[in-house]
Amino acid sequence: MGNILSLTTFLPLLGAIILALFLRGDDAAAQRNAKWVALLTTVTTFIASMFIIWNFDPDNTGFQMVEEREWLLGLQYKMGVDGISILFVMLTTFLMPLVIAACWDVNTRVKEYMIAFLILETLMLGVFLALDLVLFYLFFEAGLIPMFLIIGIWGGKNRIYASFKFFLYTFLGSVLMLVAMVAMFADAGTTDIPTLMTHTFGTENFSILGVQIVGGMQTLLWLAFFASFAVKMPMWPVHTWLPDAHVQAPTAGSVVLAAILLKMGGYGFLRFSLPMFPVGSEVMGPLVLWLSAIAIVYTSLVALVQEDMKKLIAYSSVAHMGYVTMGIFAVNQQGIDGAIFQMISHGFISGALFLCVGVIYDRMHTREIDAYGGLVNRMPAYALIFMFFTMANVGLPGTSGFIGEFLTLVGIFQVNTWVAVVATSGVILSAAYALWLYRRVVMGDLIKESLKTITDMTKRERVIFAPLVAMTLLLGVYPALVLDIIGPSVNALVGNYEMALATFEAATQFASN
Amino acid sequence: MISADIQILMPEIVLAVYAMAALIGAVYTTKDGMAPLLTWATSGLFVLLAVWIGINGQGTNIAFGGMFVDDGFARFAKITILLSAAAVLLMSEAYMQRRGLLRFEYPLLVALAVVGMMVMVSAGDLMALYMGLELQSLSLYVVAALRRDSVKSTEAGLKYFVLGALSSGLLLYGASLTYGFAGTTLFSGIIEATADEPSLGLLFGLVFLLAGFAFKVSAAPFHMWTPDVYEGSPTPVTAFFATAPKVAAMALFARVVHDAFGGIVGDWQQIVAFLSVVSMFLGAVAAIGQTDIKRLMAYSSIAHMGFALMGLAAGTAFGVQAMLIYMAIYVTMNVGTFAFILGMERDGRPVTNIDSLRMYSKRQPLRALAMLVLLFSLAGVPPMVGFFGKFYVLRAAYEGGLAWLAVAGVIASVIGAFYYLRIVYYMYFGEEGEALDGKMNPVLWTFLMASALIMVVGVVNLFGIEPMAAAAAATLVN
Repeated sequence: MGNILSLTTFLPLLGAIILALFLRGDDAAAQRNAKWVALLTTVTTFIASMFIIWNFDPDNTGFQMVEEREWLLGLQYKMGVDGISILFVMLTTFLMPLVIAACWDVNTRVKEYMIAFLILETLMLGVFLALDLVLFYLFFEAGLIPMFLIIGIWGGKNRIYASFKFFLYTFLGSVLMLVAMVAMFADAGTTDIPTLMTHTFGTENFSILGVQIVGGMQTLLWLAFFASFAVKMPMWPVHTWLPDAHVQAPTAGSVVLAAILLKMGGYGFLRFSLPMFPVGSEVMGPLVLWLSAIAIVYTSLVALVQEDMKKLIAYSSVAHMGYVTMGIFAVNQQGIDGAIFQMISHGFISGALFLCVGVIYDRMHTREIDAYGGLVNRMPAYALIFMFFTMANVGLPGTSGFIGEFLTLVGIFQVNTWVAVVATSGVILSAAYALWLYRRVVMGDLIKESLKTITDMTKRERVIFAPLVAMTLLLGVYPALVLDIIGPSVNALVGNYEMALATFEAATQFASN
Repeated sequence: MISADIQILMPEIVLAVYAMAALIGAVYTTKDGMAPLLTWATSGLFVLLAVWIGINGQGTNIAFGGMFVDDGFARFAKITILLSAAAVLLMSEAYMQRRGLLRFEYPLLVALAVVGMMVMVSAGDLMALYMGLELQSLSLYVVAALRRDSVKSTEAGLKYFVLGALSSGLLLYGASLTYGFAGTTLFSGIIEATADEPSLGLLFGLVFLLAGFAFKVSAAPFHMWTPDVYEGSPTPVTAFFATAPKVAAMALFARVVHDAFGGIVGDWQQIVAFLSVVSMFLGAVAAIGQTDIKRLMAYSSIAHMGFALMGLAAGTAFGVQAMLIYMAIYVTMNVGTFAFILGMERDGRPVTNIDSLRMYSKRQPLRALAMLVLLFSLAGVPPMVGFFGKFYVLRAAYEGGLAWLAVAGVIASVIGAFYYLRIVYYMYFGEEGEALDGKMNPVLWTFLMASALIMVVGVVNLFGIEPMAAAAAATLVN
């Protein structure tokens, strides 16, 4: 199994090609076939990815199962997995079958819909597995195309605006990263990510147009990557595309967007910003910490006043991603462990929350909070599941949401107490908006006429939620499952970071003496 | 000696003799009745010549005392020109035939224009340069006005002629200044004259020459003719304008700045960088408001020329290589895109309005998908091949010390992405509108699909074009 990574990555693409070439017609039977092919493909991909984690050795902090081939212009096709990326791969392959199952009721242009999701899965897996700068960029950017189409074709009323905003916003962020990549290529003479991690980029201060750049080239490169990943995360104040995209995207699109696409930003920080530009990260770190703290408080407050359920959850996502960036740039074992944990757990929880919204949206075709109330009377199973994920979102101990928030806060407390204080207030705010949402939608008397005939979750819907509930609980009570896998790699990452900084400081002191 | 010189010029001579013989032949026989045959024969000959040049071309050969240079660079450009011209001719046959535009002069004028282009890219002397350029331009002026009874087409031809003549004047003025101060028209002589501190007059000549070239590649601020000519000319002619002449002019640009002024890179670099940045932004911004797809493609081509110039502005061999790869990719994309545009018809009449594409994807999913691929490729979104073109020029610019130009370029490309997305929007997201005709000429269909397929499959290794372009660039810059 020398090429298990490529195999896993391109399996969904193969499914998409089979769908595109061999599936004809648009009647009910063809639509069902398209869904089954897609489901089968994603399940096979998940099984293939099980082989990856089976063969994965957590104590080896280097890249494993590496595949390497020549490409053009001195670039290479190189794939590999390490403790930081493996869980993102698993998250993706785990969620995609659920996503496909969640769009079982779609009946417009089903074949294209399935193809878009399958291609998207290939591209997402590629992002997490690529070990070449340009290959990474290729997957990273290409993911915009299927998502643009998913929002634009199958989205809500205002989908055109949302899809354009989504595309152009993220595209603008990414192209600056492309220039930085070109600069790195020129500087290091290679685009091989493991080699670049050991390459030291210039740190001498210089000034551009009279502005003194502390940390020199590293800071500039860091900023260019930051532009891309901060938009993708998204961080305040460049998060504004996310609520629009979420609200307009179809349910399955929202799930993929929240659960996986947002994680590319966090993954990028861990893969590029910290190991390649330690000095840049150190110079700009406090800025990120404060932006994260602001994001947590500000977007939580914004979430409080939302009237659209999806928008509320979208803002809550931004707040939770604030913990992630904060944890990453605390640069210590707890912080980064927590950040990765938070990303994985948020993948399950926010995905589930968007699915929860999807369940009632499919029945009532509205996401207005005011249109609901008292659902518990007719939908007890739904009320239970929604409550479970609301609690997980709040960070109730025993769910995975708690571990992530707690670890990031522990991490940040060691670095900057004030940021920790501000960020902790977000925990209270998140309880406020989540519980209030729950109260307005589920609790109370069922007085709305239109809701009197609403039905509880179908068997299919329950089956979709079951694995998500299981994972959220499992990680909540046994976090070592994740931490044992990521621990050694994170430890190595932090160690290298501190060593690079120590070398830099020794050099600057030597220079100033 | 003379026979050796002629040997080197053989492809050009064959093509020129063919064009003249066919002209006389057609006049004395059935005239326009011969036109379809001539079209196919001409494009067949183009392909043959491209193969011939590709197989036979070896080393660097100089003919007529340096007037004419046949090197790897010229051959790369010639093959690109010949193949793209052949493709466009094939695509235009059915379109023009049905509208009664297929006169026998059309393929022959294109053939003569191609002869001019081949001379241009091989020029080793200002005289040869001018002769090639004018042969090309005069043929194109006539072709632009091919639809004699249409006001727009004649206007396009006239506009093109007047502005083209102006640019030729600028060019000629620059050439004469250069000649005056360098004492020779040979590129090899000019580069010697610039070896030590070049005189002010020579720099003046350089600036005028560059202005003339900028006009020919339709780089801003010398782009004014482009939208009108693109819109007014019959669509197949527009497709031709967007491909072969652009490659020729770009190659000529590279030839002159490196062969004649290669010693003073710093002096022309800033001009080329300026042309590049202005073209990229103007092309990106001005295309946003367009509703006519041909005008949109005009602005798109201006932006693309800006990117190609970015590679040239680097002033290095890698920059020339990047430019050549960019142009080859650009031409391939444009052939496919224009195949699509040529196929846009309603009740048999051509339609060029973008909103006629409303919900095109519902009726023609495959064609819409091919166009989608081409549009994302034009926008430079990976994994389409168009991205690699951008990647090469960005790298060239960065390594040439023009990091600011690279940053400006990517920002322009984001602005530019908007209008390509707008077409996607009409095809996929828009409301239902009046349908376009479902049928598409099989030739057009083939070119559209082939071009889209190349844009996707090329991600594997760009079809090995990279080492060829590298070898071509190495012969020009050393």
